[in-house]
Amino acid sequence: MTRLFISRDSTALSLGAEQVAKTLQEQASNQGLDIQIVRNGSRGLYWLEPLLEVETANGRIAYGPVQSENIPSLLESGLLEGQTHPLCLGKVEDLPYFKNQNRLTFARVGLTDPVNLDDYIAHEGYRGLKNALSMQQSDIVKQVTDSGLRGRGGAAFPTGIKWNTVLNAPAEQKYIVCNADEGDSGTFSDRMIMEGDPFVLIEGMTIAGLAVGATQGYIYLRIEYPHAKVALNQAIAAAYQNGYLGENIQGSGKTFHLEVRSGAGAYICGEETSLLESLEGKRGLVRFKPPLPAIVGLFGKPTIVNNVISLASVPIILDKGGEYYRDYGMGRSRGTLPLQLAGNIKHPGLFEVAFGMTLRELLYEYGGGTASGRPIRAVQVGGPLGAYLHEGQFDTPLDYEAFAAISAVLGHGGIVVHDDTVNMADMARYAMEFCVEESCGKCTPCRIGSTRGVEVIDRIVNDVQKDKNTVLLRDLCDTMVYGSLCAMGGMTPYPVLSSLNHFPEDFGLQPAAKV
Amino acid sequence: MQDYQSQKPIVLDILNAHLAMPGNLLPILHGIQDTLGYIPAASIDDIAKALYLSKAEVHGVVSFYHYFRTTPPGKHTIRICRAESCQAMNGKTLESHAKNSLGIDFHETTSDEHFSLEPVYCLGNCACSPSITIDDEVYGRVTPEKFDQLLAACKGAK
Repeated sequence: MTRLFISRDSTALSLGAEQVAKTLQEQASNQGLDIQIVRNGSRGLYWLEPLLEVETANGRIAYGPVQSENIPSLLESGLLEGQTHPLCLGKVEDLPYFKNQNRLTFARVGLTDPVNLDDYIAHEGYRGLKNALSMQQSDIVKQVTDSGLRGRGGAAFPTGIKWNTVLNAPAEQKYIVCNADEGDSGTFSDRMIMEGDPFVLIEGMTIAGLAVGATQGYIYLRIEYPHAKVALNQAIAAAYQNGYLGENIQGSGKTFHLEVRSGAGAYICGEETSLLESLEGKRGLVRFKPPLPAIVGLFGKPTIVNNVISLASVPIILDKGGEYYRDYGMGRSRGTLPLQLAGNIKHPGLFEVAFGMTLRELLYEYGGGTASGRPIRAVQVGGPLGAYLHEGQFDTPLDYEAFAAISAVLGHGGIVVHDDTVNMADMARYAMEFCVEESCGKCTPCRIGSTRGVEVIDRIVNDVQKDKNTVLLRDLCDTMVYGSLCAMGGMTPYPVLSSLNHFPEDFGLQPAAKV
Repeated sequence: MQDYQSQKPIVLDILNAHLAMPGNLLPILHGIQDTLGYIPAASIDDIAKALYLSKAEVHGVVSFYHYFRTTPPGKHTIRICRAESCQAMNGKTLESHAKNSLGIDFHETTSDEHFSLEPVYCLGNCACSPSITIDDEVYGRVTPEKFDQLLAACKGAK
């Protein structure tokens, strides 16, 4: 029997992977060929999806992008033996885009059957948990602290410090909450993990539970990710059946329960306190801090709220040690960041690499420039609340502090590329409009400021008292930055001001010297 | 609009199944919308009573979340991504094409009740923008021509 791999990842499906798998199965059956199609996660080289891999004596040979109509010619030219064909790519591991990554968190994504527990264990899965089960709680936390891991959701808060706070907060009940409300445009790494290797997230959350003494976990998953929900629930069921979740985990006497909860289309619920309100069944209104969720979190109990990638990075840290992870990266940004190349880019995809590579290298060397073939004009890094960067800033290394130094954010590592047809005044207006749409409404700078922001930008663009309104826009942004309760209102000015500062000509203003 | 009396037993079943669950309001609302296609305004009273909440509190939650709707959707719900990555790949052209060819704006349903159109802010399919969903299926690199084909396929499946 020959094993073939076609992804069940949302993006692969959005390009026709389901039909490819169906056609291959039908035609192979008709020809009496003995095949098994594994529905894996995506390798993350999205311009090559739907990708078809075949297991041969010489390794896994890839073909892509494959459509149903290619199947007859593929079978004819010896697909099952990994023979050549115009769509043949060789081994994925040999492609520079893949070879030059540091796949730590994404080690298994695209390689294994995501919901097959045996496959997970055969590929070094649950080794971190095994270690954790024999360790003191404070030692587990110490490994995470030593790794230098910082919150991958965007805020980059040291994960170990958060865990330590929850560990030291006395309470009968504590919670682990996974923030899987990945709402930023240009980001999809959380989705890829949940669809492509859900067990690694489950393992990370279980370790977090052991570390701080929490027996219940929730994954707050955005409703826009139906395929991730299916994969997570399949993996959770398998983990329960095999003693990796529930009571007496692997005979240790330790308990951890896990449940997926669906969001309902509110971007603000990616903010951790709003998320907790939503999990409690309320409107997703942001809470005042302090108290921190680590002290007073879900249902008033000490709670770890971590992003998917943060939690999914924990198993390898507990398996190979904090130092192993810390040895990747630069400065205070330790380990790897799964970057996501999106928008108008020739080679979009997931690129997990140690901190320190420059944005330019990523955009041109690996991204291949724009999909349209036109020059890159602006790049937004870190989601809708991230600054727009111009060409003169592309040599900035991918590092939290280096980005902060140019008034930008690395955030969740999502990168959206725009070519030279983009109008940056439109993008600035859209940033304000998005804030109008998604503000929770609790604080005035965000709720009212965003509405006024749209109006003021319209006046500038329409030449109504241009200079006065530009001063007013800056003043308004200042109020939002310093007066908002959370990052929604507090960071919406980042895309607005960076557009205004770097691309004033789009607002009909005098071009400034690029800095 | 359907008569609520015929829907009420379904709502009560969903409520009863979730009574012991902590933070149960969103799962209940999802359960109702998954089953009925929307959350009937008349069900708010029953939900409030079962959870010991005020009607205002339940209404406040329903209205806060974009995903919940209080009117029946069309046979198919089309969601078009409006976020930055899709804009970088001509998402706005697709958006106006969709509105024109369906003859409706966002949050509306065609007169033959076949399609509802909703905006969405990111489907996580940003590597293959612009993206839309039709019901639970995601489609990437959607051009106006491809949109028309997908629409025709939906109508064909009627």
